[in-house]
Amino acid sequence: MNLIAEQIETYKSIIETEGDTLLVNMGPQHPSTHGVLRLVLKLKGEEVVKIEPVIGYLHRGFEKLSENLTYIQIVPLTDRMDYLASITNELAYVLTIEKALKIEVPKKAIYLRVLTAELQRIVSHLVWLGTFGLDLGGALGGGSTLFLYCFREREIILDLFEEFSGARMMYNFNQIGGLRYQPPLDFFSKLKATLPKLKQAFAEYEEMLQENYVFKVRTKNIGVLEVSLAQRMGASGPVLRGSGLAYDIRKAYPYSGYENFEFEIPIGENGDCFDRAKVRILEMKQSLRIIQQALKGMPEGEVAIRPPVRVPTAVKVPAGETYMHIEAPRGDLGVFLVSDGTEKPYRLKWRAPSFSNLAVLPFISNGHKVADVMAILGSLDPVFGEVDR
Amino acid sequence: MNTLFYSLVLLAGILLVVAYLTWLERKFAGRMQSRIGPQRVGKPWGLLQPIADGAKLLVKEDIIPQATDKTAYNLAPIVVILATTLVFVTIPLGKSVVLVDLNVGVLFILAISSLALIGIFMAGWGSANKYAILSAMRGVNQLISYEIPLVLACLVPVILAGSMKLSSIVLAQSKVWFIFYPFLGQIAFLIFLVSALAEANRIPFDITEAESELIAGYTVEYSGMKFAFLWLAEYIHLLAVSLVGSILFLGGWNGPWLPSGLWLALKTLLLFLLILWIRWSLVRIRLDQILALSWKVLFPLSLATLILAGGWSFIF
Repeated sequence: MNLIAEQIETYKSIIETEGDTLLVNMGPQHPSTHGVLRLVLKLKGEEVVKIEPVIGYLHRGFEKLSENLTYIQIVPLTDRMDYLASITNELAYVLTIEKALKIEVPKKAIYLRVLTAELQRIVSHLVWLGTFGLDLGGALGGGSTLFLYCFREREIILDLFEEFSGARMMYNFNQIGGLRYQPPLDFFSKLKATLPKLKQAFAEYEEMLQENYVFKVRTKNIGVLEVSLAQRMGASGPVLRGSGLAYDIRKAYPYSGYENFEFEIPIGENGDCFDRAKVRILEMKQSLRIIQQALKGMPEGEVAIRPPVRVPTAVKVPAGETYMHIEAPRGDLGVFLVSDGTEKPYRLKWRAPSFSNLAVLPFISNGHKVADVMAILGSLDPVFGEVDR
Repeated sequence: MNTLFYSLVLLAGILLVVAYLTWLERKFAGRMQSRIGPQRVGKPWGLLQPIADGAKLLVKEDIIPQATDKTAYNLAPIVVILATTLVFVTIPLGKSVVLVDLNVGVLFILAISSLALIGIFMAGWGSANKYAILSAMRGVNQLISYEIPLVLACLVPVILAGSMKLSSIVLAQSKVWFIFYPFLGQIAFLIFLVSALAEANRIPFDITEAESELIAGYTVEYSGMKFAFLWLAEYIHLLAVSLVGSILFLGGWNGPWLPSGLWLALKTLLLFLLILWIRWSLVRIRLDQILALSWKVLFPLSLATLILAGGWSFIF
């Protein structure tokens, strides 16, 4: 009862308008709230006085659902959380289980996991760049041009994923102990053929960062996020790196053989929207570097510790707690598993990067114009499948 | 009788041309975005698409939200489309093809086209919607700021030609088009283009219908034919801008070999495509940036250009 009363009080403090302020309820149905976010905005003319993100419109109860599924059945469920980066979700989950079971996967599987995770990072960042164009304005204009260019490049990679796993978005591709499939015979040659195309596209996007005056005017000095605030709010990924802290789990706590790859961590300087955009675009280039290295060093052999079987046998994780986190495209994706020795998890908690990144929004958008709120929200890149889970 | 016939033909012509300009824009945008654009309705190149769109909008239900101010809400589309269409009365479409060749033509065009602002504000206010009101306020801000550089830029050809009559302005360009006057012509044309883009609410200045935050701005509560009117008015305005721009700066119907009307049409099309190109390659800038651009850059620049034009016509 107290909790409810408290919530009502908080809500009242938001909706109370004094003087010449205007309360605008953006969403959950709105062209540019990235899915189903509701923003309660208090405006003074065009200026934002207060902003409150309201989440929960895409809550599907995945964590509770997981408690009633076997470890193997959970893998396809993870695809549906951050639906723009399914493979990294699977990877985080699968690595957690493997860590709990203390099993080693074949080297080829490790390399393919890195390869696909980096491809997924590129796909995710491409979707982000496209939608960021829409956020900056011009769903019927330049923004949609950028959007469609990004989707053109994304399509190339999705076609490869489709050949590999049979699906374009929900891959169900990693499995406990390796990968579900061997790559098709011409997968590597096709991938090699597409790399120059991607390289050229990324060069174009980088040029846009440097040359496009309107893009710079709209993003520079907008939504400046201090490093200390970012750390305090638990922001991670490109949002944190945009503020100038070179924290990347691939380097800090290497997993799945990332210590064998050479790459740099691009960082920003001011922590504004422009820097977050810059970090993501440069990251795509680094991902390409990793992919090239993975292609070069790709070993032969099996991709799973046992041959793929149609009907999965039960996996029993010994009782205990396991935590594993990886660098998803949006940041620090953590999985906390409490197992009780049965074939179902006792508790499976996800630490979603989008959730923590979104929490920064009210602190960095005060005093900006309404149009900038969309730019800031876009630069944080939340995916609501992951925020609400 | 002749006048009546001409005006009917003009009105029908405008609507037809505007309908196909939307088709052109969709095709053009499609090509820019590595798509094909409309191609299903009307076998070669989707040529019947604008007609299908029109028919769809005609049969749509006309929804009037309860909280609206009915008079303002219902009147707004008519005001907007009237103000934008009335401009064509004095625009010559070729040598001696004009309804009324007013001797204050430029003034008339500027005065009437800015009346559309009242319609936009009526639409925004009458809709009783927060997004629409924000959009209407933005529209007023923007249009008032850009009216001044636009007028000053339009005055440059007037000074150079020594007349406000559009046909005289074209006659004065029979040797050299105004855009080829060193510095003066190019700067004035640039100011005209930028302010006209802002007046026409086109990207990068389309903050009134900024869909990323205001959904559809002042048109958000409109549906059916009323929406179509507001939307058509935008394109009619764009056509008028392209026409006036090519008359004031690009020498109107002057040009060798081809008939006068065709020259004007070609120049108008060129200008229209330029505007499309700008639209489909830029993102929107913010209201305060738009106002800063107007008052800090365009306004002083247009004043300077005006003085330069005065000096030019004094010397030569």
